[in-house]
Amino acid sequence: MALQSLDILRRSATTTPSPQQRQMTELAKLIDVTKCIGCKACQAACQEWNDLREEVGVNVGSYQNPHDLTADSWTLMRFAETEENGTLEWLIRKDGCMHCADPGCLKACPSPGAIIQYSNGIVDFHEENCIGCGYCITGCPFNIPRLSEKDSKVYKCTLCSDRVAVGLEPACIKACPTQALVFGSKADMIEHANERIVDLKERGFQNAGLYDPQGVGGTHVMYVLHHADKPEIYNELPKDPTISAMVSVWKGIFKPLATAVLGLTALAGFFHYVTVGPNQTEEDEEDTHEQA
Amino acid sequence: MTNTWMDIKNANVILVMGGNAAEAHPVGFKWVIEAKAHNKAQLVVVDPRFNRTASVADFYAPIRVGTDIAFLSGVIRYLLEKDTIQHDYVKAYTNASFLVREDFGFEEGLFTGYDDKTRKYDKTTWQYELDEQGYAKVDETLQHPRCVLNLLKAHVSRYTLDMVCDITGTPREQYLKVCELIASTAVPNRTLTSLYALGWTQHSVGAQNIRTLAIIQLLLGNIGMPGGGVNALRGHSNIQGLTDLGLLSDQLPGYLNLARDEETSRAAYLEKRTPKPLRPGQVNYWSNYGKFHTSLLKAWFGKAPTRDNDFCYDWMPKVDKVYDGLRAFDLMEQGKLDGYFCQGFNPLASFPNKGKITSALSKLKYLVVMDPLATETSEFWQNHGEFHDVKPEDIQTEVFRLPTTCFAEEEGALVNSSRWLQWHWKGAEPPGEARTDIDIIAALFVKIRELYGHEGGAFPDPILNLHWPYRKAEEPGPDELAKEMNGYALADIPDPKDPTKILAKAGQQLSSFAQLADDGSTACGTWIFSGSWTEAGNQMARRDTTDPTGLGIAPSWAWAWPANRRILYNRASCDLAGKPWDENRKLIQWDGSRWSGLDVPDFKADAAPDSGTSPFIMTDEGVARLFCRQLMADGPFPEHYEPFENPLGTNLLHPKVVSNPAARVFDSDRAMLGESKEFPIVATTYRLTEHFHFWTKHARINASLQPQQFVEIGEELAEELGIANGERVVVRSKRGRIRAVAMVTKRIKALTVGGKTVHQIGIPIHWGFKGAAKKGYLANTLTPFLGDANTQTPEFKAFLVSVTKDSGAAVNSAKTAMKDGAGSSWLARILKGRTEV
Repeated sequence: MALQSLDILRRSATTTPSPQQRQMTELAKLIDVTKCIGCKACQAACQEWNDLREEVGVNVGSYQNPHDLTADSWTLMRFAETEENGTLEWLIRKDGCMHCADPGCLKACPSPGAIIQYSNGIVDFHEENCIGCGYCITGCPFNIPRLSEKDSKVYKCTLCSDRVAVGLEPACIKACPTQALVFGSKADMIEHANERIVDLKERGFQNAGLYDPQGVGGTHVMYVLHHADKPEIYNELPKDPTISAMVSVWKGIFKPLATAVLGLTALAGFFHYVTVGPNQTEEDEEDTHEQA
Repeated sequence: MTNTWMDIKNANVILVMGGNAAEAHPVGFKWVIEAKAHNKAQLVVVDPRFNRTASVADFYAPIRVGTDIAFLSGVIRYLLEKDTIQHDYVKAYTNASFLVREDFGFEEGLFTGYDDKTRKYDKTTWQYELDEQGYAKVDETLQHPRCVLNLLKAHVSRYTLDMVCDITGTPREQYLKVCELIASTAVPNRTLTSLYALGWTQHSVGAQNIRTLAIIQLLLGNIGMPGGGVNALRGHSNIQGLTDLGLLSDQLPGYLNLARDEETSRAAYLEKRTPKPLRPGQVNYWSNYGKFHTSLLKAWFGKAPTRDNDFCYDWMPKVDKVYDGLRAFDLMEQGKLDGYFCQGFNPLASFPNKGKITSALSKLKYLVVMDPLATETSEFWQNHGEFHDVKPEDIQTEVFRLPTTCFAEEEGALVNSSRWLQWHWKGAEPPGEARTDIDIIAALFVKIRELYGHEGGAFPDPILNLHWPYRKAEEPGPDELAKEMNGYALADIPDPKDPTKILAKAGQQLSSFAQLADDGSTACGTWIFSGSWTEAGNQMARRDTTDPTGLGIAPSWAWAWPANRRILYNRASCDLAGKPWDENRKLIQWDGSRWSGLDVPDFKADAAPDSGTSPFIMTDEGVARLFCRQLMADGPFPEHYEPFENPLGTNLLHPKVVSNPAARVFDSDRAMLGESKEFPIVATTYRLTEHFHFWTKHARINASLQPQQFVEIGEELAEELGIANGERVVVRSKRGRIRAVAMVTKRIKALTVGGKTVHQIGIPIHWGFKGAAKKGYLANTLTPFLGDANTQTPEFKAFLVSVTKDSGAAVNSAKTAMKDGAGSSWLARILKGRTEV
């Protein structure tokens, strides 16, 4: 949530133009699944740097823990066993925000300044402006943002915008022991990926390739896949992701209306506060909730 | 490791077998990935499970646990049969041409000299034929039927493709592919590296597993070569340091060993340990044993040891037998051991047969646990319900828990797998009352010395005379201890080549173990560490990453034992004329007058290639041993013996001798072995990358990444038993049972062994009844209490179990585990078209 206002490219639900005086280099994280050993150091580093702690859950018959992305786990190793390529493969993919060039979350967001895109490509959530409507979840073609039950705000990977702003690599990159995760300018990352693809093709992976889906304008998190023709076998990585048609409908017709409704609700809330006082949480209710 | 972590990048073929480097050594595994990315290396994984190392491998082959020697002996047969060995290397650098005594033999699973009452070998016949001067006879034509190479050929001739695949369960095509990949490195410009760990050591044939691979590497000419070697990836931080310092019941620092009861004089002790060369002109470095041992006595007892009192040899403890962990707990169980100090050790969790360990600990008068964490062992007397069901009122053991610092709260050197002593500095102050292990032991010693001073006692001399020169008696500094291990001069040390020159003045730090003397003029706590803290300062603290060869030799980064040498046996990386076998792997070479290069030559610096001195300076032969004479307890050649619990009930090679006849096994534990009728499934235990042994379950993040105990079960077995993924199962062995979540996977396949289908399951070890993760059963409830013939390392990796569905237990599934609807709001759900809201 670093506030580099000079580098803002786009803000959700905002019509005033963004500053254009300077342009940062476009950055990207490259995830080479063919070098990834699924050690989860990235998951641990993400929790450490962002000062988050995932719940100690249960095992449901998988190495994948937690079982899904959560408001505390912004990245997750997903594990898939497959024999469809003629031999047994254990495909391990680091999941998390793809930082789309054309971010569906930002387009869907009705709250001014809750979602920011920087000119280096990072798409960042500013939770202080988040109203918890969850539209970004619908807008995301990768099913990434997660609504917190604690504060009803939505969280996801920031690509460590705070670290990147001061010249550091994201925490997951620093933690990765095998350089399956690398970070740099998008151009350099594509070049590196191309070298990797040559090596993979020599090893018999004829369909090795780069995942940088154009349906969302390309992404600032890319994958090297051994089977780029079948991204869906990597735990349902979408083949041709696009922004849901609902987002366009919402933008065109419902958004102004809904914004007005939201405004009125806020106004009503204000009057409620002035006339009745702040809402009290029932203690019993919290207890019931925890046992659920 | 003979080589180093960084050196893995130079390999052409990487064999991970008997280990799971990606999961157990993820940081070092970067060099495997580097070899693949920039050296076009092929990664081959042989393992019972398709693990995370296999997930990035070029080739994977399954194997039945405990059959590695059969697998590798078949590889030796393949190499000899196809003649894909490096002939010049084998002939000149190994004992292939040495003649073995006529009365040596191997029949029906036994080498000559076996006594089945003592379960030990008389190893007299396991020797070369010697000439009048005591040198081994050789036949350089390799034609003699009893030369080592021909004996080896005969020994492995039984390991035919059919036999090997029948024993191991490895499908033939996959087996042959592995043979081919290994054989591809027999040429001088290609190397194989082998990365192994506890998957090889934790067997009743552990040491011989490694021997078998060493033989392969010698046949291929891969020892001493960059990108080659036999590389042990150590299982704990600083476990290499533990071995180096001889923290085993019959060892002394620097691979010296304790005297036996019958060795009543220093002369008798040294006589046995100071070998004579078995070939003319050899370095035979262990002939310096006396210098190392005398310098050790001087370091321990200061001024007291002199020539007149035999250097206080009598003060050194002597043993009647090896008191390894298995023996110690067995004695404890018999009520013959009163007290036990657990330092960095959690035996209730990490030693086999938890039932026996619990019972043994309950018979102690006192137990002292020194650890940063509240370990299971320190609470063995508490009832933890189904996970540890004991009656505290029946246990009278007094337990003292002494909190220690963890590595980040102290200064000192850790020795890594590459034999590097890397100095590190304190990162934080220890919490509460925690003290370093050094301070705790020092304070104890000072108190005990005081008591001996006041009260006398049976044998006060070694205690009262122990050299204790530290700044603070109760807090010896890591720097002070390190300097003592390096060694210092007690008198001026003259240069043997020019006595007018002084190499080290009295009181100065020594610069190398070459300066050690057996006349009492030097003191040295660990001879192999000599050179680590010299007059030039702390060499272990060096942090220069410069790599002049580009081969991953950074000679000024930290310090490697011995003598800062990074690749052991590196003389063998050059041909007979002293030229590198491969110009691209040039470490050292003969420059006409001496050996030089960017690694420290593992050779006499001025011994010309034609001097007749062979490259393996630590052996009495001067060459490496395909046949290891009398040095192993269970045979001079490796032989396949079944794990003590095995699914066949026989050994397909020799039905009369099924398991290792010299292995460490006590009668009472033999009675606790199960048979395949009752326990039809083969099981193995292992570690996962998310956890470090039983420690990280105490850390919240690690606990969240792998929260709950599970066992891995192949799809075929799961179907047979009607077990669904996520369901709970009960796993029983003859020694106990655990309950866990079943992870049903494609990654473990049923194997055909001895004509029948054998299922294997995997049991990760990390859970227990203490820590932040979900409580679980200690996996070692199941494992058998017996071990290797040479190292006594327990057989954690191969045993028998039964698996049944845990009736009445709930199924874990992602759906019930996640709060329903978490992660999306009501509005989003409407937008996504879900009707249930």
